[in-house]
Amino acid sequence: MTLSAKDKAAVKGFMAKMKSRSEEIGTETLSRMLVVYPQTKSYFAHWKDLSPGSGPVKEHGIIFINGVYEAAEKIDDLKNGLLTLSELHAFMLRVDPVNFKIFIHCMLVVLSMLFPEDFTPQVHLAVDKFLAQVALALSEKYR
Amino acid sequence: MVEWTDFERSTIESIFAKMDYEDVGPAALSRCLVVYPWTQRYFGNFGNLYNAAAIMSNKMVAQHGITVLHGMDRAVKNMDNIKATYAELSVLHSEKLHVDPDNFKLLGDCLTIVIAARMGTAFTAEVQAAFQKFLAIVISSLGRQYH
Repeated sequence: MTLSAKDKAAVKGFMAKMKSRSEEIGTETLSRMLVVYPQTKSYFAHWKDLSPGSGPVKEHGIIFINGVYEAAEKIDDLKNGLLTLSELHAFMLRVDPVNFKIFIHCMLVVLSMLFPEDFTPQVHLAVDKFLAQVALALSEKYR
Repeated sequence: MVEWTDFERSTIESIFAKMDYEDVGPAALSRCLVVYPWTQRYFGNFGNLYNAAAIMSNKMVAQHGITVLHGMDRAVKNMDNIKATYAELSVLHSEKLHVDPDNFKLLGDCLTIVIAARMGTAFTAEVQAAFQKFLAIVISSLGRQYH
C-alpha cells in the first residue's frame, strides 16, 4: 500500500488546510481517544488532568499534530525520516502499536467533523494510507 | 446482556431518528468501497466501480447503502437483544453472501466518519463512544453465526 504521487499530493494539499486549525485537531483527537478508548489512558496516568480539553491534553495534542506534519515533510522516506521518533516510542514510551490505529481512527473522525466538505472519500483514502505508513515507520525500531 | 446507560440509549435513538438515510447510506457504502477497495469483491454485479467518481455516482451502490442502513433499524428498536435480532442476518451474511466479518468493521468506521461529517461538533467524544459501542455490538452479532 505504497503512497502514489497522487496520494502524496492529496495528503500535502489537505495538510495545508489542516494548519489553520492545528490546535483544535490535536486537542480534539487526543481528548476523543481518551474518552472513546479508555484503555489508552493507561499511558497518561502521570498527568494531573485527563479530561477533554485539559491543559496536558491540549499541550500534548499539539505535540502529536506537529509529529504528523513532520511526517508529511518526510513523506518520501518515512522509515528513515522517523527513526528518532520510532526509537522514542519503542524504547522510552513503549506504546503498544495497536494504539497507533486507534489514534489514527480518532484523527480521521475529527478531520471529517471539522472539514466535512474537504474530507472527501479520495482524501480520506490518501490520508488513511499515509497515516498507516507513519504508524509502520513508528513501529520500525520495536523489535 | 449488554448494559445501556440512558445517555447511550437516547443518543443512538436520536442519531437514527435525525439521520437522512438517503444521504448517509450511499455516502457510507461508497466511502467504504473507495477507501477499502478490496471490499468491492462483494459487488461484482454492481456495474461500474472503476474509480472513485464512478463508485460515488453508482445507483446500485447508493440503493444498497440505504438497504444496509435500514438493516440497522432493527438493532435500534431492539437494543436489549441485538444478538437474537440479528441471528438470521448473520446466517445470511455467512452462508449466502460469504462476507468476511472483518469487513463489517470497515463499513462501521466509514459510517462513523460520515455521521461525524453530518453532525459536526454535535458528534462529541461521548456521542462517538456511544455510537461505536452500538456498532461494535451490531458487528459482533452479525458475526455470531459464522462457523
